[in-house]
Amino acid sequence: MWFARKEGVVRRLVRDAGHLIRPALVLLAGVAVFLVVRSAIVPKAFGQYGHYRPGALALVRQRPIAYAGQDTCVVCHDDEATARAAGKHAHVACEACHGALAQHADDPAAHVPQLPDVANLCRRCHEKDAAKPPTFPQVVTAEHSGGMACNQCHQPHNPHL
Amino acid sequence: MIPGVNGFMYPNEVELQWSVLIVLYPYITGLVAGAFILASLERVFKVEAVRPTYRLALLTALAFLLVAPLPLQLHLGHPERSFEMYLTPHTSSAMAMFGFVYLWYLTVVLLLEIWLEYRAEIVGLAQTTTGIRRLIYRALTLGSYNVSPEARRIDDKVGYAVTVIGIPSAFLLHGYVGFIFGSVKANPWWSSPLMPIVFLFSAMVSGIAAVMVLYVVCSKLRKVPIDMRCLDTIARYLFYTFVIDFTLEMLDLVHRTYEADESFRSLDFMVHTRLWFSQVILQIMLGTLVPLAILAANQLWRFSVGVRKAMYMTAGGLTLIGIFAMRWNVVIGGQLFSKSFLGYTSYKMELVTREGLLSAIALMILPFVIFLVLIKLLPPWQEEKPR
Repeated sequence: MWFARKEGVVRRLVRDAGHLIRPALVLLAGVAVFLVVRSAIVPKAFGQYGHYRPGALALVRQRPIAYAGQDTCVVCHDDEATARAAGKHAHVACEACHGALAQHADDPAAHVPQLPDVANLCRRCHEKDAAKPPTFPQVVTAEHSGGMACNQCHQPHNPHL
Repeated sequence: MIPGVNGFMYPNEVELQWSVLIVLYPYITGLVAGAFILASLERVFKVEAVRPTYRLALLTALAFLLVAPLPLQLHLGHPERSFEMYLTPHTSSAMAMFGFVYLWYLTVVLLLEIWLEYRAEIVGLAQTTTGIRRLIYRALTLGSYNVSPEARRIDDKVGYAVTVIGIPSAFLLHGYVGFIFGSVKANPWWSSPLMPIVFLFSAMVSGIAAVMVLYVVCSKLRKVPIDMRCLDTIARYLFYTFVIDFTLEMLDLVHRTYEADESFRSLDFMVHTRLWFSQVILQIMLGTLVPLAILAANQLWRFSVGVRKAMYMTAGGLTLIGIFAMRWNVVIGGQLFSKSFLGYTSYKMELVTREGLLSAIALMILPFVIFLVLIKLLPPWQEEKPR
């Protein structure tokens, strides 16, 4: 008796609410398609070292090296390195002013670097600006040099007069 | 000196990265959440007077929700990469998680609720129409033609449950947009725990105003009388939410002013100069105080029907402009000052570029085109058919 009543309730529920299964199935189908696409697209080793594709590391390694590093520079340019180490620019890396020079380090004769454009290079850091700390050396270049290049008075590697 | 820049800016601050399209994103998402909340008034809170706008509000929400991610897609140089946030989502990325909030809201809440609400009509149309329309409606039935009174009663119950789930979901959807801005701790203009709540209430205000204006415009175009009881009720709820929204925004303002942390002088200067028109004139005065006064007057005095309609339309239109200005002031304003607090940049909107004015206008027209298609497909008019 109880069982028959229960069966009747279930049958009624299936009849009147059966259509609600359909949007759920559509949603499930969407989720299934998403999971299939995801497993096909996402590289297998994703997340091996962190939240990225490990193959990206090999791609980055394949890029040509641009900077030689100042340890390489000082091997040949020891005069400049000594002068720089004694002055205020001791912590400015060679290639910060001279540009990326890995090619020059590999083959100095074939790749001769150009000298920096002093007129613009120095003022990148030393142009007067109220927001810079007052102890930082800074000048209004238009008034300070009268059009002369900075390195006519200053030694760039050890910038005293 | 760089044109448009005053004082000291860090190099990465000179050019604005987030354009008018990023202004549209919270604006459109807000309209979605607000329209849905208005729909839930009738469904869950049993405010029968707003029944004529129930379906209209649902379709408005859907039309705008479909467009909501597009400004972000257009902003990206590689829009196809945005799908990677679904494929390999990072749990620390607020934007990646928003993608799932969006999908949840679209599929489990809005589409399901609309399907349940319209099922009887869809089945009827699938049996009476011909050609391509018949195919569309047959697809929309999902293969079930059972619209017996018992089945519809169950639909109604499930629809109610979906709306109940939908309210926190709508809160989540737009609260989340506020959260994305509010959690940028490097930006004092954004970084505030009040941001999600302010966004949420302003979303409700804009969504209710949008549906109110749409209802009047649709009724005019269809040459049917406007249900003034419905319009009065919407205006009353618009007034209530607007009061809360305005209070929260003023609370934020007063708190910032009294706290006056290290960013205050800079932000205060910005509001008094570059944001003066968009923040003080457009957002606060024209977009908030004037519509609030109009809506408040309607709570105090009884005007004639014609005057009320004009007042509501004015208040609704100004509200929509004011909320847009609010989004503008948040998104653009947050990028106009330097983290050094010593400099300001400016934003010059482009015209015909990918992120220019024309793209923005097209993106604002698109939801209305979708809306027209939706009301053609699923007519929301039911003056003669009470629930």
